[in-house]
Amino acid sequence: MMIALILQYPVISAVIALGGLALIFGAVLGFAAVQFKVEGDPIVEQLDALLPQTQCGQCGHPGCRPYAEGIANGEAINKCPPGGQTTINAIADLLGIDAPSLDEEHGEEADIKTVAFIREDECIGCTKCIQACPVDAILGAAKQMHTVIADECTGCDLCVEPCPVDCIDMIPVKQSISDWKWTTPNTNHIIATDKGLSLTEGQTV
Amino acid sequence: MGLINASSPHTHHQRNTADMMQLVIIATTPGFVALSYLFGWGTLINVIIAAIATLASEAFVLKLRNRRVAFYLKDNSALVTAVLLGLALPPYAPWWIVVIGAATAIILAKQLYGGMGLNPFNPAMIAYVVLLISFPIEMTRWISPVNLNTDGQLPSLIETLSAVFNHSSIIDAYTGATPLDVFKNHSGLLVEQIHHQEPLFNHSVFVSVGWEWINLAFLAGGLFLLQQRIFTWHAPVSMLVALTLMSILFYDSGSSTSGGTPLMHLLSGGTMLGAFFIVTDPVSSAVSNKGRIIYGAGIGILIYIIRVWGNYPDAVAFAVLLMNFAAPFIDYYTLPRTYGHTKAESATRRKD
Amino acid sequence: MKTSVKTLRLENNIIAKASGEFHGGIYPPENKQQSMTLPVGSLPIPDELIFPLNQHMGAPAEPIVSVGDNVLGGQKIAEAVGMFSATIHASSSGTVSAIEERILPHPSGMSGLCIVIQTDGKHQHIDFQTCDDYLEQEPTELIEKIREAGVTGLGGAGFPTAVKLKPPANDIINTLILNGTECEPYITADHSLMLYHAEEVIASAKLLSHILGNPEHVLIGVEDNKSDAIQALASALKNSAMNNIQIMTFPTKYPSGGEKQLIQLLTGKEVPSGAIPASLGIVMQNVGTAVAAYRAVALGQPLTSRITTLVGEALTTQRNYQVLLGTPIEFALQQAGFDASNNERLIMGGPMMGFTLKELTTPIIKSTNCIIAPSKKELPSPPPAQECIRCGLCSEVCPVSLLPQQLYWYAKAEDYERAQNYNLFDCIECGACSYVCSSNIPLVQYYRATKGSIRQQEQEKIKSDHARQRFEFRQRRFAKAEAEKIAKREARKKAAAKAKQLQAEKLARNPEANKDSTPKCDPVTEAIARVKAKENDPAAQQARLERSINSAKNRMTKLQEKLANAEHDKKNPISAQIKQVEVRLQNAEKQLAEFTSSEVVDDKPTIQDAASSAIEKAKANTAALANMSEKEKLEKQLTSLKQRLKKAHQRLADAEQENNEHLDAFKNSVTKLEQKLKDTQTQLSASTKADKYGLN
Repeated sequence: MMIALILQYPVISAVIALGGLALIFGAVLGFAAVQFKVEGDPIVEQLDALLPQTQCGQCGHPGCRPYAEGIANGEAINKCPPGGQTTINAIADLLGIDAPSLDEEHGEEADIKTVAFIREDECIGCTKCIQACPVDAILGAAKQMHTVIADECTGCDLCVEPCPVDCIDMIPVKQSISDWKWTTPNTNHIIATDKGLSLTEGQTV
Repeated sequence: MGLINASSPHTHHQRNTADMMQLVIIATTPGFVALSYLFGWGTLINVIIAAIATLASEAFVLKLRNRRVAFYLKDNSALVTAVLLGLALPPYAPWWIVVIGAATAIILAKQLYGGMGLNPFNPAMIAYVVLLISFPIEMTRWISPVNLNTDGQLPSLIETLSAVFNHSSIIDAYTGATPLDVFKNHSGLLVEQIHHQEPLFNHSVFVSVGWEWINLAFLAGGLFLLQQRIFTWHAPVSMLVALTLMSILFYDSGSSTSGGTPLMHLLSGGTMLGAFFIVTDPVSSAVSNKGRIIYGAGIGILIYIIRVWGNYPDAVAFAVLLMNFAAPFIDYYTLPRTYGHTKAESATRRKD
Repeated sequence: MKTSVKTLRLENNIIAKASGEFHGGIYPPENKQQSMTLPVGSLPIPDELIFPLNQHMGAPAEPIVSVGDNVLGGQKIAEAVGMFSATIHASSSGTVSAIEERILPHPSGMSGLCIVIQTDGKHQHIDFQTCDDYLEQEPTELIEKIREAGVTGLGGAGFPTAVKLKPPANDIINTLILNGTECEPYITADHSLMLYHAEEVIASAKLLSHILGNPEHVLIGVEDNKSDAIQALASALKNSAMNNIQIMTFPTKYPSGGEKQLIQLLTGKEVPSGAIPASLGIVMQNVGTAVAAYRAVALGQPLTSRITTLVGEALTTQRNYQVLLGTPIEFALQQAGFDASNNERLIMGGPMMGFTLKELTTPIIKSTNCIIAPSKKELPSPPPAQECIRCGLCSEVCPVSLLPQQLYWYAKAEDYERAQNYNLFDCIECGACSYVCSSNIPLVQYYRATKGSIRQQEQEKIKSDHARQRFEFRQRRFAKAEAEKIAKREARKKAAAKAKQLQAEKLARNPEANKDSTPKCDPVTEAIARVKAKENDPAAQQARLERSINSAKNRMTKLQEKLANAEHDKKNPISAQIKQVEVRLQNAEKQLAEFTSSEVVDDKPTIQDAASSAIEKAKANTAALANMSEKEKLEKQLTSLKQRLKKAHQRLADAEQENNEHLDAFKNSVTKLEQKLKDTQTQLSASTKADKYGLN
């Protein structure tokens, strides 16, 4: 009876076949979706790993991770001045997009790394900087002198503003012989001057 | 007095790129002499026109790119391209052929990719192929070698100049095929018969009149460069070995479908010029020694395939360009094993 | 000079040819003969000796003398800090004139702490404890002696020798190699040591072999261009009747003196990437280092001098000198007839791997095997770099089979991952690739810079991970505090509700009691009452505490009276009572004190708010700073400073009125701000001026 009907209307067989296929593939896809579900949101983790973790808030987020989440939700990737162009390039590389230049609205890339330094004899022990520090890098208690743990300081500069007696300075990190490194040669004018071959291409290219 | 501060090493080998290029040019002399002896003034005129045209194109593009013209011209690389192109083109080719070739080599094949060191293809071979496809008649019109001409005469300098610049037909009196052409057009005969009845073959010392000397001359120049350690033996030797093996394999005991004797393949056409002056071009070849062996072998095999079963009588340019394509791929799979590592590792592996 | 090894007599297996081979290598002009025409000379004692505290690999040493101290030659002046460090000894007698930052002999040209000694010219030294029976002593004792003598690698890197002689316990050492290769051009310090002190070299091989538990093979590797040194060693060896030491020779090729290359030459083995030779059972020491260790043990002499080659056409005398460590290079060069006008660079070490010095005032240190003062023509600056033409010569000569071209491209493109995949960190920086590069590309500098950047990046990664941890921990802490607060509030609410319910139940059970109890059913009034109670609380509490103190005091006096009355009988129970009361009194007093002090700090706002408000402020500031010109920025800074100053003034005035204890601090901040303001103003005016002249 069924077979006779199908024979009479061949289009039914096509419909059945397609429907069957749709069911099978749907089942496979559904199974795959459950079985191979990706836990968590690894892209946020990866983005967070690329950000400099200064937690400075210059991007407009309260910390680096929220900004990573922001980027994952389509926010611009050029809002991180402490990371600078290197970070932007790394993120662009990760996301497979073109690297924009740093959005100066959020600040400029600093050429030198700094850490906070409290002039301790001027500190009145108000704890305001301790509260502002995102990485707990300031030690001290009420009415006690405070001090910055230089190794922990990320140089985010958030403690400078709250200080009522203006005793916090951002001082450049002193380069030591152990972290000195060679610089990449400047190929456009390598030691050319003494041969009278002052290459000028660097200025025009 | 400020002391100079620089990274080690503080001493350098005295040979720079320009010197190496100059040596290459010097090494072409035997080949050039042989060509001039056999075919007359044509080669010299070719080289001169090519040199002027390449230098002019190079200077022009450098100017456009705002580079220091003198500094880059001094590296002699344009001159090498000019010499190789001039030697590869048929003598007495019209001047505009040479100029178009030179401009193509420098502008299209070299400077558009970023200049010396950055071109993926051999500039002279690009130019050769462009010309061969665009102007097949001019590019296949060779004259017969001096000792085959009835009165042992060659076009005079005046005749040469008028052929090159006025397109006069004086040259028609001297035209003759190349051995590879001859061989290709006698597909119905046994190898033995061709060698017996064709003057290009039966007047020869080894295999083909004139061309054998040209190839031997280029071989001499190449050995000189090898001795000067300008390049390593890997690519040219593997190319010649591959070509020989192919021609032995398909010699077919000289039947009418034979590909020809190994000696003919080694000593006619552009074999030696290609092996020692084109294949060894470091810029467009594979990098490691292992890679160069594969690269050279690929060229040797391709030359044979195109010569015997392809449409063109000679195939060095095509084979080189095809292997230029493959060079990065070869490089990728032929990394040397670094000291202290158990095996060569893929360069794209991810850090774990 | 250049007799081949074939002419040497190969007798009793004393001299053997190395069978190994390493990839690549170059043959630069040797330039060794000019410093070998004269025997080792000596230099007078300089007026000043400079001892950098970190002239070795590892942690800088700690000075144990102070300025003004008199020291003798051989006296220890700085102590090693930890395992990877080395002691430092004065090389002549004199007075410590300073412990200060001086420019170090280092490629960076940076300064570091140095002990400076003003010599007295008497060259007195401490008594050296000689020791003849060192082969009877325990290896650990001998290593301690070497450590005390401050012996570090004299070949270049300055690795503490004692550490190298104590290989990891699970590596069984079967080969000791003394490295007398000295493959770099110009340097002949080890050559002359082997030539003139061959007996000591052999004795040191014996000593080190003993320390390492008498390994099966003891090899001395010497390049065949030092045939006279090979002969000297061979005859010394023959006289010493040592039968397990072998002198290995091999053709001259750079860099056969590299540790890994020499191991490959002599044993055919390769040190696995990232591992140390000890993992193959091999320990290698430079001959100079070995002799220094021998002198430390047998003669009791600490490392205070070494042979240094002074060479180069800018010197009138090119030869080896036995120099005191700490001798300023300028002094040493002057003794050798230095012509500064004919010299534009000074190299410490060899021409292949040495580094240029920025200052002549730097001293000779333990690892200074050579100083090259070339004339301008001798080692000319390389011509400008051209594009790489991929000639492949660099990979031909690379002794570790790298692909220098690829490394160069990735270094240039800052593709650090690829560079590492191409085994950048296996590069030994020997300079062979740069040497042969026909395009004069400073390849080694690229690799060094890239290695540095990668290391820096790794450091930063560690630091940023750490910062993230701390930040997240802080967040969690706040979240926890917040949760606790909420939980407390909830608990209070519940308790209140429960109390209300109880009340209601009570009411329901016993309706007439309603009249007696105060009407408390309204929650608002209840809350107000509670708040009021709380407001009253501090005063009430204080009063209560004071009361309890008073009562305790009263009771105590009473009890004391009682005690006095009934002193003869039943003494104990009463005294116990007294003690009890005393304790109670103390407690009450403590509580009071705590209470009064806690009152002051209790105005803590919620911390989270402070942090986020700071972020807000910073955000606003940077947003405002955007797209401003230098001048606008300065103006902006000026106004903000002015505002801050005003605030500070206000604070100061407040403080003055209150007679605040921090008055000085506030005053100070005001003056500081005024100073800053002034600075900014001058800067601004300068910038305006510059604008006017179109300079900006």
